[in-house]
Amino acid sequence: MEVTNAKYINAATTDKIVAIHATVDGKETFVPLDPANTDYAEIMRQVEAGELTIEPADEPPTEGA
Amino acid sequence: MARALGLANLLDHQVGGRRNLIINGAMQVAQRGTSSTDTSYQTVDRFHNLASTDGTITQSQTAISSGDPYNEGFRNVYRHTVTTASSSPASSHFLGVRYNFEAQDMAQSGWQYTSTSSSVTLSFWAKSNVAGTYVAGLRTNDSTPQNYTFKYTLTADTWKKVTHTFIGDSNITINNDTGVGLLLDIWLYLGGDYTTSGHTHDAWTTYSSSSQASDFAQNWMTTASATFDITGVQLELGETATPFEHRSYGEELALCQRYYEIVGMTVTTAGQFDNAVSYAVTKRATPTLSVFSGSLGTASVLAMPNNSVGQIRQQTNASNPSDVAIQANAEL
Repeated sequence: MEVTNAKYINAATTDKIVAIHATVDGKETFVPLDPANTDYAEIMRQVEAGELTIEPADEPPTEGA
Repeated sequence: MARALGLANLLDHQVGGRRNLIINGAMQVAQRGTSSTDTSYQTVDRFHNLASTDGTITQSQTAISSGDPYNEGFRNVYRHTVTTASSSPASSHFLGVRYNFEAQDMAQSGWQYTSTSSSVTLSFWAKSNVAGTYVAGLRTNDSTPQNYTFKYTLTADTWKKVTHTFIGDSNITINNDTGVGLLLDIWLYLGGDYTTSGHTHDAWTTYSSSSQASDFAQNWMTTASATFDITGVQLELGETATPFEHRSYGEELALCQRYYEIVGMTVTTAGQFDNAVSYAVTKRATPTLSVFSGSLGTASVLAMPNNSVGQIRQQTNASNPSDVAIQANAEL
């Protein structure tokens, strides 16, 4: 599984990380943080092997003035 | 006596309850598509291929209109075709069809997999235009993986009903969870990196990547326009290969959707909002989401609150208001 452009994404208005946004085998993909998900397990394996780095999530939008 | 045998046959074959531990063994369901030159899960549900070649292999769900499987009620096969033959055979090349069993389904199947007096029996139809001796088998995944392969011979362009019984083994571990508990491999070719001339078949051995089978005499992958068809895959308890357990399309589709489903959502020109959709079937795990067709609006993201609900989280105005089909993938 070829994973590129991996980046954590957070919920719409909080800093809670909800998924990994990545290109998987050439396709824009959203991978949940679920160890039972085989894509997530493979991404974590690649991270641990030093083959992949996941960029941190953007700051959530600021509410109010 | 004849009446007793008839009753036994009835109990075994007609009213013995669900027998087939394989989902989509008749290759009826192909949610992702019907033909692809990509590897892994691309066509028939629950089955996928593993390939390493410098040629091109096409996998497809292909309809059949005659032959022994057709006469037994099968209308589709999982076909592999050599589109571009490998020109430089390499020991690292391989091609296999794999089915991953969910562990809890095997753990709770009734197979006493650690006992040599308990068995499961595999059966499937196979046909190739390349005659030769091929290999199939089971592999466990938990604890120390165990491997069991057997050989069978195909005559060119002739359907064969392959059957094999696997006894249990004390070294087998299958967890009662949602991970992979057992793998079925049907190898079309294994290069020398994965075979040894003296490999022990017809017995469980500790899995070794470099010794999964004995050497292949024929190289399917270097044969232009080679084909290999599989259908009617069944794994059941006991020592007997009973007739295939045909299930309705709707029933098979629902079983497949535990692992993969396509759902429709709508991207609008509205501002930030969440558009949730419930899956028809709760997924094995929280699924990976990606666009199957259509397009998301700018800055929209797909979110997966849990294994029963998918969501488009539209962060800003969408640039392409449209219906979009999302694939939710929780395959093994």
